[in-house]
Amino acid sequence: MLKIRIMRKLWIVLFLLAFTSLEAQDFLDKAQINGSFQVDGQFYQPDDALGITDSLIGGRKLGLNGFGNITYTLGKFSAGMRYEAFLTPLAGFDPLQEGNGFPYLWASYQTDFVGVTVGNFYEQFGNGLILRSYEEWTLGYDNSINGMRVILRPSAGITIKGVYGTQRYFWQKYENGNRGIVRGLDAEVDLNQTIKGWESAAVRVLVGASGVSKYQKDNDPLYNLPENVGAWAGRVNLSAGKFNFATEYAYKINDPSAINNFIYHEGQAVLSSLSYSQPGLGVVLQLKRVDNFSFKSDRRVNGNAVDINFIPPINRTHSYSLAARYPYATQPNGEMGLQFQLNYKIPKGTALGGKYGTGIAVNFSQVNDIVRNPINDTTLVNTSGTLGYTSDFFKVSDSVFFRDFNIEIEKKINNKWKAVLQYMNLHYDIATIEGHAGEPAVKAHIGVLDLTHKLTSRKSLRMELQGLFTEQDEGDWAAAMLEYAIAPRWFFNVADQYNYGHPDADKRNHYYTVSMGYLKESTRVALTYGRQSEGVVCVGGVCRQVPASSGLTITVSTNF
Amino acid sequence: MRTSIFVLFALLLFYSVGSLAQSEIPQVTIKTLDGKPFSTSEITNEGKPVILSFWALWCKPCQKELDAFNENYADWQEETGVKIYAISIDDSRSTARVMPMVNGKAWEFEVLLDPNSDFKRAMNVNMIPHTFLLDGEGKIVSQHTAYFEGAEFELYDKVKKIAGIE
Repeated sequence: MLKIRIMRKLWIVLFLLAFTSLEAQDFLDKAQINGSFQVDGQFYQPDDALGITDSLIGGRKLGLNGFGNITYTLGKFSAGMRYEAFLTPLAGFDPLQEGNGFPYLWASYQTDFVGVTVGNFYEQFGNGLILRSYEEWTLGYDNSINGMRVILRPSAGITIKGVYGTQRYFWQKYENGNRGIVRGLDAEVDLNQTIKGWESAAVRVLVGASGVSKYQKDNDPLYNLPENVGAWAGRVNLSAGKFNFATEYAYKINDPSAINNFIYHEGQAVLSSLSYSQPGLGVVLQLKRVDNFSFKSDRRVNGNAVDINFIPPINRTHSYSLAARYPYATQPNGEMGLQFQLNYKIPKGTALGGKYGTGIAVNFSQVNDIVRNPINDTTLVNTSGTLGYTSDFFKVSDSVFFRDFNIEIEKKINNKWKAVLQYMNLHYDIATIEGHAGEPAVKAHIGVLDLTHKLTSRKSLRMELQGLFTEQDEGDWAAAMLEYAIAPRWFFNVADQYNYGHPDADKRNHYYTVSMGYLKESTRVALTYGRQSEGVVCVGGVCRQVPASSGLTITVSTNF
Repeated sequence: MRTSIFVLFALLLFYSVGSLAQSEIPQVTIKTLDGKPFSTSEITNEGKPVILSFWALWCKPCQKELDAFNENYADWQEETGVKIYAISIDDSRSTARVMPMVNGKAWEFEVLLDPNSDFKRAMNVNMIPHTFLLDGEGKIVSQHTAYFEGAEFELYDKVKKIAGIE
C-alpha cells in the first residue's frame, strides 16, 4: 500500500519535472492557477402535506454537496484536481454518493502535435454512441476514466485519440477486477484539409471512426459471458452552403447485462440529422434508432453509473418548470425517434414582426418502441440466456414512449416589455420512462407566459405564469412566479406551484418558495426557503436540476 | 498521498499568488458549428476586447443575455470593435439544433460548440450563463454569472473602459 502511495506521489513530481524544463522561477512566475468552488446545502424540515416525516429524514437534517477544483498551468504542462464532499448527500442523490475525497486528479502535457493525460479525464468519441465520459454536478453523475489518454495530430485535419482506464463508480476504488477495463481508439479526418485540391471545395467533409473494447472477467455461475466486448462506430459530417448533414452508426457485439436481462443480442444505434439554415431561418430533422445499446463497464450495474457510452435523447430540454415536469430519458434497450425543429425570425418592420422582429420556434419529437419478434415458437421475447429477439431495422412499434409538440413565440413589445409565450402538447409513457408499472400515459397541455418589465436601466420585474392540464398522474398544476432583479447584483423571487387538480384532495399542495441572491463577479450566493418539486428549476438567471424537498437551501459558488 | 498532493498544490498556490500573471484562456480543442475542430487559442480580436459567453439551448436566461448582446452588437462593434464568442455547452442530444437555432435567431456573433464541456471545465465554469470579458491581450479582466435585464450595459461599460472610450 505504502509503495503504491509513494509511486503515485512520484508520478506527479516526475511529470512536473519531465515536462517543465524551465527555471525554478518560471515555475512560479509564468504559472497560472485557476479554480472553482461550490457548496449546495439544504436544511430539511418535516412537512406533513408532502409526506416528509421526521423518520423519513432520519436525522439527516442537513445535506451538503460541495466541490473545489484547482488547475495549475505552466506553458504546455497542466495539472488539476477536484475535491468533493457529499456529507450527507442532498435528497435525490444516490446514497452511494456519500463520502469525500479527490475523485479527479490529473496531469497533462500538450503541444500542437501531441497531448498526453494521465489520471482522470473526460472524453467523447463522435456523438458519444460508444464512448463518452462526462460529469454533471447537478445530477451527481460522473463516469470519468482513470487511466491514460494520448491525442495525436500528425498533420492538419487529422486527429487520433487513444484511451484506456477504469471508470469512476462513486467512491469505490478499482481493485481485483471489481469492474471492467475500457480501451478505445478514435480517428477523425477533415478531408478538406487533407486531400489536395479539396481545400476550397463547396462541400466540407469530416469522417471519423472509433472502436471501444471493454474487458470484464466472467464470474457468472450460470452463463458463459463475453469477457471482451467490442464496439465500433463510423460517422460522417457533410456541409454544403446552408445545408448540414451528420450521421453516426454504431455496433456492439452481444453483451448480456442486468440492463438487457442477460440476453445475447447484438447492439446497434444510428443517429442522423439534416439541417438547413440561413440568417432568420433554421430547420432541422433528426432521426434515431437504438437497439440494445446499453454499454457499461460493469454488466451487473442497473442504475445511472459506469456508462461507457451516451445515447442522446433527441427531444427539446425544457427550461420552464411545468414544461420540464415530464422529461424524457433514453430507453437504451430499444427506441426509434425523430425530431423536427423550425426557428424563424419574422423580420423587423413587418406587420407581425413589429419594430424589433418576432422569434418563432416550432418543435416536434416522437419516440416509439422498436418491434421485437420471438426468436422461435417456444421462447418468449427477452428470455435471459437466449438471443432475446429479432428486430426489423425499419419497423416502428405502435407503442409511443414520448411525444412533444411545442411552439414558442418571443417578442420584444417595446422598450419596457418583453414576452415569451409557449404552448406544449405532451404524451408521456410514465410506466416505461419512470417505471410506474400499469399507470396510463400522461397526456398534457402546457402553457407558459414569461413577461419581463424593465423598470429602470438596471431594475426589472419578471413574471412567469404556467399551467399544466392533464387527467393523468397528479392532475392539473398552475404556477406563478415574480422576480425583482437589480442587475447585476441582486435578485428577489417568490414563486408558487399549485397542484390544484390532484386526484387525491389531500395532496393538492402548494409548492411555494421565497428566494434571494447576491452576485458579484463570478461569485453567487443564493438562499431559498420553501418547498421544491422535482425538475429543472431556473431561479435567479441560472438553471439547475433540483430534487423534491422542503426547507432551506443555500448555494455558494465562485471561481478564480 | 491525497494529502501530499493537496499540500503540493497548496504550496504552489501559496507561492504563486503574489507573482501570478493575469489569467489567459486555456488552449482546448472545441468545435465549429459544422463540426470542425477549433482551437481556443484562435479566440482573438487583434488587440480589441472579446466577450466570451457560455450558454446552452436549455438555458433561457443565457439566450436572453445573448439576445440582448445581439440587439446591441452592431453599435458595440462600431464603437469599440468588441467581438463576441458564444460557447454552447449543449451535448450530442442537442448540438444538431444549435446552428438552426442560432441562424433562426439571426445572431450575428461567432458561436462555437463545446459538446463534452472540455472548455467549460478548463474555464472553471460552474453554472451558466457565465460570461468573461477579455482585454486586447487576451487576459481575463472580468466575469459574471447569471443574467438580468440591463446587465449588458454594465458589461459594456467595462468593454468601453478597455477599449479606451469613456
